[in-house]
Formats: sequence, structure tokens, C-alpha cells
Amino acid sequence: MVTDDAAQGGTAAGQDNNAGHQGGAGHNMVQLITPAGERVSHPEYDPWVKDVSDEQLCSLYEDLVVIRRIDKEATALQRQGELGLWPPLLGQEASQVGSVRSLRDDDFIFPSYRENGVAYCRGVDLADILRVWRGAASGGWDPYTVNMAIPQIVIGAQTLHATGYAMGIQNDGADSAAIVYFGDGATSEGDVNEAMVFAASFQVPLVFFCQNNHWAISEPVRLQSHTQLVDRGAGFGIPSMRVDGNDVLAVMAATRVALDRARRGGGPTFIEAVTYRMGPHTTADDPTRYRDPNELEDWAAKDPIGRVHALLDRKGLFTEEFEAGVRTKADTVARELRAGCVGMPDPEPLDVFKHVYSTPNSWLDRQQDHYSRYLASFGDPEGATQEEGAR
Amino acid sequence: MTATMIKEFRLPDLGEGLTESEIVSWKVGVGDTVSLNQIIAEVETAKAVVELPSPFAGVITALHEQPGTVVEVGKPIVSFEVKDDAGNQTAAAAPAEAALPKREPNLVGYGAVVESTGRPVRRQRRLVEPARPAEPVETKPAPLVEPVETKPPADTAPAERPRSTPPVRKLAKDLGVDLESVTGTGPSGLITRDDVRNFVGGGDLPAAAHELAAQDLQPAPAQGEREVRTPIKGVRKFTAAAMVSSAFTAPHVTEFLTVDVTPSMELLARLKESKAFAGHKLTPLTLAAKAVLIALRRNPGLNARWDEANQEIVQFNYVNLGIAAATPRGLTVPNIKDADRLALVDLSTALAGLTDTARAGKTSPADLSGGTISITNIGVFGIDAGTPILNPGEAAILAMGAVRKTPWEYQDQVALRQVMTLSLSFDHRLVDGEQGSRFLADVGALLADPGMAFAMA
Repeated sequence: MVTDDAAQGGTAAGQDNNAGHQGGAGHNMVQLITPAGERVSHPEYDPWVKDVSDEQLCSLYEDLVVIRRIDKEATALQRQGELGLWPPLLGQEASQVGSVRSLRDDDFIFPSYRENGVAYCRGVDLADILRVWRGAASGGWDPYTVNMAIPQIVIGAQTLHATGYAMGIQNDGADSAAIVYFGDGATSEGDVNEAMVFAASFQVPLVFFCQNNHWAISEPVRLQSHTQLVDRGAGFGIPSMRVDGNDVLAVMAATRVALDRARRGGGPTFIEAVTYRMGPHTTADDPTRYRDPNELEDWAAKDPIGRVHALLDRKGLFTEEFEAGVRTKADTVARELRAGCVGMPDPEPLDVFKHVYSTPNSWLDRQQDHYSRYLASFGDPEGATQEEGAR
Repeated sequence: MTATMIKEFRLPDLGEGLTESEIVSWKVGVGDTVSLNQIIAEVETAKAVVELPSPFAGVITALHEQPGTVVEVGKPIVSFEVKDDAGNQTAAAAPAEAALPKREPNLVGYGAVVESTGRPVRRQRRLVEPARPAEPVETKPAPLVEPVETKPPADTAPAERPRSTPPVRKLAKDLGVDLESVTGTGPSGLITRDDVRNFVGGGDLPAAAHELAAQDLQPAPAQGEREVRTPIKGVRKFTAAAMVSSAFTAPHVTEFLTVDVTPSMELLARLKESKAFAGHKLTPLTLAAKAVLIALRRNPGLNARWDEANQEIVQFNYVNLGIAAATPRGLTVPNIKDADRLALVDLSTALAGLTDTARAGKTSPADLSGGTISITNIGVFGIDAGTPILNPGEAAILAMGAVRKTPWEYQDQVALRQVMTLSLSFDHRLVDGEQGSRFLADVGALLADPGMAFAMA
């Protein structure tokens, strides 16, 4: 079987759907909603989303729109000097919503830094999402309140954490699972490969969710992998799926398949969600310097929100009332996000000592004592005058 | 409660650790009503051109900076009149105001250095004129502030930051005192709290402060265009930095050789007629470039780089031939990758493409980096010789002079010949006079007798 993206032509005919991804010879990409909004049937994956009602489809749509709005507002806040940095997720909404909305509350999420849409859907407080990006905290929330770790900046490192956590689930004999998010670039990291070796060896309940957004900052995915990313799973003996990452239903179906396997003791699964980073890597990046604008145009035609809109329209569900409701919701969230951001207090200097150790530590206490006395010398100029003047 | 208030928007750090950005264009004008997040300007940083969304809903009352201006992070660029309601109040620029001016970006990998001598001067200005109106004026501040901003750094640049302790620096900042102006009486000139207090308490203003104050009071010499001041930025800024760094790190030696290039000119004429070169642009530069490439094979030492950090000389086994090009944006030196592998006809195509792209201002960063040796064609300006400065990181640069009909010795007679002077600068750290001379002699020999190519190849 040809598994090389470069070896397109011939083999790629047949069912390799109109998502229009070139190549795709090794694995057919799972797609349930075409870019035009047509629901196509897939005997293997349809059963996994059979239960998704019209109402739920509408709520998926709402989440897609809301996280795009969050992303837009946060990007604006960065340009206005309210955030130090922001990694836009534009274009990856369906990958994030479809996967996180398949999880149970007792499953645990290990995100990279771009999963801010996942965080929203998981119920992380809006201001908490921004805390780190504003530089007001080194971690935005308590991971155990929502069963989602804080963003990992080190590329791929969270795959190891997730594997370890999943080994813990196994030891507990629980039927929950862990999911770890990472990008195409991370698949080249040693950490990710080590994590996959351990996950396979111990058959841990973990979903490796790779959002292939095609760009590792300025490095195109084709330079990093001469096979489709999904084919890497086979090398570790991990069952793998390639799904249209811009199709919220397909992502949901694939994630449910993987979670089901994990819960039944079937071990890890690798999912390649084929999507596209429509914006810059972060607000400090300029993709026009390395990216062909035609590529952007091609992917704009596969927009994850547009196709659900079209599908709802076909079903007669996209009423004016529904649209207005979603818009109001997005506006409200954006307003709350902004207010939470600009009203966020700066951290106190002594906060730096807060989360170093979970138990008291005399060495740290001493440092804290010295530092607080140093800080006090600013506050009491009269008292300090003599001391300073004498120096 | 529909009272209004004026809000300033200060230029934020739009990347990670940037100190300045250029206003490319304003999308709004004074008097325009804007909504929250409406795009109001386009700004270019060292990393990207980005759009600025409005942080307020309100009416624009002032644009403080003209398009084309490079603005320091933290400086106000636009003012708004906003309704004094809750929404805008929470969005007050307070955090930005408090945080931005004292931010000193020094992220690893970005190397942005803040001239710490620039800021205290600005604080000094506020101290001198405390009664500045709250409403920003519409027009750009008169150029009379320029001397204040530019002069002191030149004087104080080599000096250290005044010695004091953090609490004293804080006290000075709270009182609006610039420590540069305070004389320290502590050990080793350490500035103490008392020094700061005495300074505020109407003590003698140091001479420098008097000077600044006086400058502020002087009227601007605005009338008459006796001189034009152009901000140093963009290509000019980079060129200047590159030239200074090159001139003061690499000890330059320049050698000259005047050669009779008549045979080359005849060859050029013949090649132009030949089919193989139909439609190709052939110039003396094409032949000179080829001569350099052939001569480099015999003298590879000139196709090298001094790696100070690693204490190594890097010898390139390929030639990325840089060609200095005058473009509307200034001097750029794009290079032809692996030029040594190109046949003459391909070289001519590459040369034409390179210069056309450069003149159109479309040279990509990749084309500008990685050069190993350069040629500058000053002959096109009618110049004979010069002492070119090395493109940083390269060991040699050849300047081609104009081809002139000159009385010259030819077969023991004086004849009118086509003569050209070659000027070669090289980095004497890694290239000795012997190597440089042999290389230049080879280039000259090839141009004087292109048939030598057979001998040297």
C-alpha cells in the first residue's frame, strides 16, 4: 500500500472524498460533512454519531462560533497591549470542539498552548484562559477543577505527562481515559515518540490527538514527514485514524472510537485530524513571509463553521432566531472575556513563592522572608532613610 | 451620566520583546467615530505588518504620529473621546500606562536592547514642564523636542547607569527625578535617598538640566528648508549597522589593478551575436562575475568567513555570489546561490533576475542572506576605483570600475584600448596580501585574456 503523500495520482482516486486533501492514499480520510455541508454516510463511523440530535448539532455550531469569537477578541486584546502573546486557533475549531465534546468529565485533557477552544468547552473560566497570556500568572487554573492541565508550551512534552497519567488510570482500574493534544510539528519531537512507545507498551487508555494544521511555525508538514502523519502510529503498533479535522462530526466519531477502545482496555489510539492554521503561529508571527496565499484560499473553502452552517440550513434548522441567539452568545462571551482581561489584577511580588512546593519548605521560607523585607524597604522610605543614607 | 473623557492608546509591544514599530497608515481620521476592535491603523514591526484594532468605542480626537514614523513602544499614538461609562472604564488604559513604559524587553533570542539612556531624558522633560495640558494636541509635537531626545544619548552613551539602589531608584521615579542629573555623595558616587531629596528640594540644577530646560524654551527653527531631517530606519538603518560592524571588525585592505579588457569586450560582442545567448543580457558584469568564479577555484581562501564566536575560519566549498544593487529602498546585496555551478548563460539569466527583483523591491530574505563573496559595479556610475567595504561575514568584495577608452601600451605601442580598474577589498584577518594579490591578478588576467579560462579551469 502506498503511504507516501508524494505518491499521489492513481491510488488516490475512489473514495478519497472531496475534502480535497491531496494524496491520502494510505488512509482514507474520514469525513461525515462535506465542505458544502452535505452529510455523507460512512458505514463504519455513522453509528458513533447516530445519537447526535439536531439540538446537539446546533449546540456544536454555537461552540464553533463562540471559540472563533474568543480567538478573535483575544487577538485584538494582544494588539491592544492587553495580552503579551496569543496563539490563534482560527481554522481549527472543529478539531477542538469535536474532540473535547466527546469526553466525559472524569477524562483528563493534556493540551498544548493552542487548545483555548478546548478550554472554553471544558468550562475553564474565560479570564483564566487569558491569565497566562497576559503574564499575570504562570498557570491559569487548577487542573483538577476541570480535569484539564494548563497549556504546555514545550512542544510535545505533554504527551509524556499524559502517558504517565494514563498509566495511573490503569493502576487505579478506572474506566476513564486521557487525551493529549499536539500538532504536526510535535510528531518530530523525541518526547512524542517516547510517549507513543510507552503508551503502546503499557497499553494505556490514551488518545493521541494530533491536529495536523500543516505548519510548524514556518515549516510545512511535508518537510517533516514523508508519510502521512497517521502512518506513524503503525510503527508503534498504535491503531490510527485520519479524519477531516474541519468536520466536527467526523472528529467526534473518531474520538469516540478511540475513547471506547481506551475504556475497554484496548490501549492507545492515534488520531490525525487534518486541519489548517488559517492565522499566524502566534501574534508575533507573519505567515505571509513563508506561506503561499493560494493555500489559504483553498482551505478557506473547507471552513469548519461554514459547512455546519450549510448543513443546518439544509435541515431547516438555521433560523434567524437561532442565528441571532448564537450571535448574542458570542458577543456576551467576548464582552466577558475582555472585561475579565483588562480588569485582571497584576500578581503580587510574593506570589512567586506560592506554587513552588506543595508542602512547607524552610529554604524557600527563608528566601520569602528576605524578599518580603526587601520589598518593605520600598514602602517605608522614612524608616529606611538612615539605613540607605549610611551606605 | 454621559460625561466624556479622553483616553490615550499607547503603542503596545506587538511581538515578543519589540521596542518600536512603524506607523504604516492610519485607517481613521480625527473626528471619526470608531467602534471597539475597528481597525484603526496598520503598523509594521521588525516581524510583521499588523492591524491595530481600536481598544475603545468613541471619537478620535488626535493622531499623535504621522505615517512613516517609527514609534517607541509605550508612546501614545492616538487619543479617543469616550463615554465615561462602565464598559470603557474597565477598559481604561491604566495597566498599559503603568506597565509599558517600564517594560524592558530582553527575551532570550530576540536581543532587543533598550537604550536606557533615552528614557530618563524623556522623564526629565515632564519634570521641566509639569503643566502640560491633559488633552493631547492634534498636531505632531513641534520638532523642538528633537534635540532633547537625540543629543543626550550621544553624550552619555558610554557612561554607566548612575549607581544607586533599587529603593532609591524607586524613590527617584516616584518624585520624577532623573538619576542621570543627580550627583551621588555615597561611596563610589552612589546616589543616596538624601541626594535625591536634595535634588528635588531646589538644590542646584546640574548643568545638563539647565541646558535641557533652556532648549525646551527655545523657539523651533521651523522656517526655511535649510536642512532636511530623514529618520534613520529600514534599509538605511540596516545598511549603516552592517557597514559600521564590518568596517570596525574586519581589517580591510584594498588593492587595485588596471587591466586592458579589450579582448573581453570583443568576446562580449561575439557572444551577443551567438545563438546561445540570444535574448540574454550580457554585460561586463557577467564576464567579471565569471572571472571571479574561475579565479576563486584557484584561490579558495577568499571565499571564506571569519567565525569569531567559534574561533574558526569557515571555508566555503560553494559560492553564493553577492551583487550590490541600488534599489529605491537603498542598497541591498542579494546573492546567486551556488553561482560556481552555473554556466555563463545561466549566470547571465541569474544576474538579470537578481537585479530586476532587487530594483522592484521584491528580494526575499533568503536571497539576501548566506552570501560568500560580493561584486559591486561602480563602473555603471562612471567611477574608476574605490575602497569597498566588505559585506559582513564575507572575506572579499570586488569593485568593477568603468570601462574607458584609454591610451595604453599594446604590443609595444601606445594604442587606444578599453581599460578597467578592479578594486579588491579583503579581510586581512584571514586573507594575506599574497592570496589577495594572486586572486586579483587572476581576475585581471581572465578579463585581459578570456582564453586564460582554459588554462585556469
